[in-house]
Amino acid sequence: MTGHVMDRLLFGDNQFFGINHMSEEKARAQAMRFQRTQAIVDVLDAALAEGVRTFMCTTHDRVGEIVAIMKADPAKYGDFLFYPGMPYAHKYANAVTEDGYLGTLKRFLPSEGLLDAAFRGTMSIAGKDVEGLITLLVDAEMKMFDGVKAPVVFLQNVVVDLLLGLRFKDAFRIFADHVRKRYGAEPGFITMNLPLLLRALEAQGVENPIVCANMNKIGFRMSGGWDAYARAMEAYPCRAIAMSIYASGAIPPAEAIAWVAAQPQIESMVFGASSRANIRHTVELVRAADGARRAA
Amino acid sequence: MIRVGVVGMGKMGLSHLSVLGAHPGVEVTGICDNAKYVLDVLGKYTGFATFTDYERMLAAAPLDAVLIATPSAAHGPMVRAALNRGLHVFCEKPFCLDPAEGAALAAMADAKRLVCQVGYHNRFIGAFREVKRLIDANAIGRVTHVLAEAYGAVVTKPKGASWRTQRAQGGGCLYDYAAHPINLVTWLFGAPQAVAGAALVPVFSAETDDQVYGTLRWDGGLTAQVSVDWTDTSVRKMTTRLTLWGTGGRLYADRQEIQLFLRDDGPIPDGYTPGWNVRYTTELSDPVDFYLRGEEYSAQIDGWIAAIAAGGARENDFASAVETDRTLEMFILNDGAVEASFRAPAVAAPKPGLVGKLMGRR
Repeated sequence: MTGHVMDRLLFGDNQFFGINHMSEEKARAQAMRFQRTQAIVDVLDAALAEGVRTFMCTTHDRVGEIVAIMKADPAKYGDFLFYPGMPYAHKYANAVTEDGYLGTLKRFLPSEGLLDAAFRGTMSIAGKDVEGLITLLVDAEMKMFDGVKAPVVFLQNVVVDLLLGLRFKDAFRIFADHVRKRYGAEPGFITMNLPLLLRALEAQGVENPIVCANMNKIGFRMSGGWDAYARAMEAYPCRAIAMSIYASGAIPPAEAIAWVAAQPQIESMVFGASSRANIRHTVELVRAADGARRAA
Repeated sequence: MIRVGVVGMGKMGLSHLSVLGAHPGVEVTGICDNAKYVLDVLGKYTGFATFTDYERMLAAAPLDAVLIATPSAAHGPMVRAALNRGLHVFCEKPFCLDPAEGAALAAMADAKRLVCQVGYHNRFIGAFREVKRLIDANAIGRVTHVLAEAYGAVVTKPKGASWRTQRAQGGGCLYDYAAHPINLVTWLFGAPQAVAGAALVPVFSAETDDQVYGTLRWDGGLTAQVSVDWTDTSVRKMTTRLTLWGTGGRLYADRQEIQLFLRDDGPIPDGYTPGWNVRYTTELSDPVDFYLRGEEYSAQIDGWIAAIAAGGARENDFASAVETDRTLEMFILNDGAVEASFRAPAVAAPKPGLVGKLMGRR
């Protein structure tokens, strides 16, 4: 297995798409600010200038526009990495309400008449076999990343956690195998229920998985709390990315990062920011915290 | 272990099934839907026992309780069948399209001492729970007016028919969306005595409403304005809001935060100060053991299961859901009623006088 080495700091995309877990007003202000795609690219440029070059993003339609801009300038963005997270659940949820499950599948499956896609789709629907459907939906979502580097591909938490609760067999393994074979990428799993996920991944034979979950000093949205998370990571080796490290702003930045940096189980952290000053501030805090830990 | 059957494998049914599947105190002993395809896929990959017929599931599966997440018009008969077999029931909202049927089922559940609950999950959101606590403690004095809102982008263009596009089946913005903020208001103040100025407005839908406006009135003088629109494409996902004005201050809440303004000459609740107070979901939410889409979905199921296992109080019993159903029915009865109208009296146009000249009239 190729071992993609993740950067210590990854850049998230919530702030660009009107997602703010603290305030609806703030979310709206951000949606206004980032209405133009170039405004997003400007912030990504600032991140790149501060050495943050991995963009962990949903498969929102507008990410496709960002990819197009970056593809057009390989000299500037040749080292830039995308970590796509799929699916962008809202578009599917609304479609299910409107068209039902089969109608939704028809709407999102590749329609360009690829023999392979048509075959996988037809066989899957007829045989009630999810393998073909999962791989087709992954391919549909991955199309926008054609021609850029996407070394890790994530399954989003709404889907991961839904499948976890359903105790749905094989889905994680099917996703992992397909991402490795078809894209030469590492599979990743975002969850709000890390201990449950790590047990399920082991049961399905997905080894040393990349996982991403809330990990913050106040235990915000960490099902079972930090003790359960630490025990699970001890029992089931994984490569962990911490998200929601500031707990939506409830923890002061220096304190938040000092805590995350002190947890040896955490390999990387993902954060969002809208200005170069805030990006630099986070980079410096992480550098200082990691330096202090190494010195100790 | 509480043995639960789930009927209805739509969006809410699947979400509930996942929460139940992850619950350490629950064993899912049957799932039921008349869409055989979805059921077969679930049966193949989850191992849950599947039924295409609800009565057969009730008869054949070992059950202590059922969760009903079918189209709303089917709720009444399905709840009755479960109660007849002595099963505890969790039913999706709205409870019953006919409030009289709902009231009869509430009485039946009480007589049989069964633990029954309706899925108004907003009552399990930390911010709204804090609103309830503050209002019950008279934190903003006597409440004089409420603005209850919900907005979302559900129906944004004309579309094909399904149960959700027909009011007779429980479809439409009133039953699906407006039920939530109205349920929050009845939680705080009980059922209103009247609904006035109701407007159930179709925008894109042919057979039901897409916007809901109206005024709730209580005998003590309290009024609430309801403003709900599910054609609002400016919001990313459903947003439900309450704003309350009282003699001692003003309180705003959505699922993420509360903003409380308190007069400095009134009593100040513990942890708050005169003037503005803002508290966020990070401090208002209690953690849950399994998280899917929001703490509230797990919290409401946890509450129901705990009440079945140990007895005790629970939120959203059938009787409280009937209060909401009655209020929704008042909207339908009042829709389009003319309470007061103004007709311009037929009088001759005034002759231009000094005022007319000054105003430039010729």
